Amino acid sequence: MIEVQHITKQYGRVTAVDDVSFRVERGEILGFLGPNGAGKTTTMRILTGYMPATEGRAVVAGYDVFTHPIEAKRRTGYLPETPPLYPDMTTREYLDFVAKIKGVPAKERKPRVETVMERTRIADMADRHCSKLSKGYRQRVGLAQALIHNPDVLILDEPTAGLDPKQIIETRDLIRSLAGDHTIVLSTHILPEVAQTCQRVVIINKGRVVAVDTPDNLTARLKGAATLYLQVDAPAADAGAALAAVRGVTRVTSADQPRLAGVPDAIPPVSSGPLAFEVESEPDVDVRRDLARVVVTRGWGLLELRPVRMSLEDVFLQVTTEEVPEEAPRA
Amino acid sequence: MRNIVAIAEKELRSYFASPIAYILIGLFSLLFGWFFYVYLMAFVQQSEQMMQFGGGGGANVNQMMIRGLFQNTAVIILFVMPMITMRTYSEEKRSGTIELLLTSPLTDLEIILGKFIGAVALYAAMLLVTMLYMLILFKIGNPEWRPLVAGYLGLLLMGGCFLSTGLFISSLTKNQIVAGFLTFATFLMLWIINWLGESSGPTTRDVLNYLSITEHFDDFARGIIDTKHVVYYLSFITFGLFLTAKSVDSERWRG
Repeated sequence: MIEVQHITKQYGRVTAVDDVSFRVERGEILGFLGPNGAGKTTTMRILTGYMPATEGRAVVAGYDVFTHPIEAKRRTGYLPETPPLYPDMTTREYLDFVAKIKGVPAKERKPRVETVMERTRIADMADRHCSKLSKGYRQRVGLAQALIHNPDVLILDEPTAGLDPKQIIETRDLIRSLAGDHTIVLSTHILPEVAQTCQRVVIINKGRVVAVDTPDNLTARLKGAATLYLQVDAPAADAGAALAAVRGVTRVTSADQPRLAGVPDAIPPVSSGPLAFEVESEPDVDVRRDLARVVVTRGWGLLELRPVRMSLEDVFLQVTTEEVPEEAPRA
Repeated sequence: MRNIVAIAEKELRSYFASPIAYILIGLFSLLFGWFFYVYLMAFVQQSEQMMQFGGGGGANVNQMMIRGLFQNTAVIILFVMPMITMRTYSEEKRSGTIELLLTSPLTDLEIILGKFIGAVALYAAMLLVTMLYMLILFKIGNPEWRPLVAGYLGLLLMGGCFLSTGLFISSLTKNQIVAGFLTFATFLMLWIINWLGESSGPTTRDVLNYLSITEHFDDFARGIIDTKHVVYYLSFITFGLFLTAKSVDSERWRG
């Protein structure tokens, strides 16, 4: 349904998107994951025909977005980062206008506007001016706008940004219910969001695709190295070495002095207060029990022991240093 | 065509949803009314004198009053027009709604023409209100209607030039104040460009005179529709719209 082939976009000398390729099958939800400034918005703008790529080709719903922009746009719904609302129109007027310029026939326009408002739960704001809407409603009117002409392809740039938790869940449910009829590409920098909504994930960093996978495989890969945060009341000299000696532990780092040490004896014997460590272990080995036992048998105090959640930065560190899909050869 | 109408309708709606349309129409008819009153009084005085000295009803409203009135209207237009166009593109760029337009199945030309027609429609509404004053003339006097039509056509065409230029300038920036001021400066230059010619040689003078946007209006104000001027105005409008199209397109490439 969507095919992106070797797209590159340069703004002057800055390369925002560098040789990005991926495919999205009909009815699929593809998550586009990356930190701010990774090139997500630029890629989406190219897909929607807002701007042309410097190099490469994008085909949406069977039409090249550059050579047949009108045909492609007719089949694409797009929610930009900031919902493109006209402040002086009411929600209904606005959706009616969008329906007009998206080419919805005059007869179908009215029912279509009502259906979409129902679906995105904005019907109660139908006669409110867009300038008076809350952030959550603005986002949903933006979503309604993208759906108005029942497009084959939906491109959603951070559809849950600025919503409260309840609205986020509702919006995710809505997006999931749209899959099947629609092919969806959504961007986000929230990792769990991808796991909950998307069937496949493209991770992009600094304009390059660094991984393409299903959320399950991705999380499995992340579990590859489990990290624990550990705080103990112990003499500094022994603690690191004792923890590192536990079976299954691959690496102990002092969490007080970040990045100072990869080996235990590099931890300087400073204060006698509680020490904090980050303990990495082999995949599929739960070392928590053994760690606790070591601490307790030595008579130290175990103050804190918890898993460290993978931050997006960690994900990037990992995927960029591990295998890279064929589509995106390493630089 | 349907798309152009949709855009034009939206533009017109946004003018009337904000105070801008009412201010423009009010201000314009106030100034027009002022000039109308001044010229009417002067005309009444003159024709009374002519009667006294036995002119025999030879005073011509069209020549003596309406021509001057139209010429002054052209100057008012110069001042008001930047307010119509300054936000057309810049506001869409600032608020991000341009993304909606550019990702909808519309061609750039449809968007530009829609915006232009919307602006012209507001301007036409402004002119329409001034026709009320003309009705007074018909009530109390006996003017020729044909020169009036020519004059209004001239105003419409000249305003179209200003609007297409303003649209272009608005497409260059996100800031509507910048757009408004640049537009005003450009109009002023187009208006006074022939002053430069007064002191130079005959060829330069002719060229500069030809370029001056108000110079071409004189014949319309007199009630003459000369194709030379119509062609000038129409090509000026086309050129402005062409520049807008280029500007929108280049913006897209630069991102």
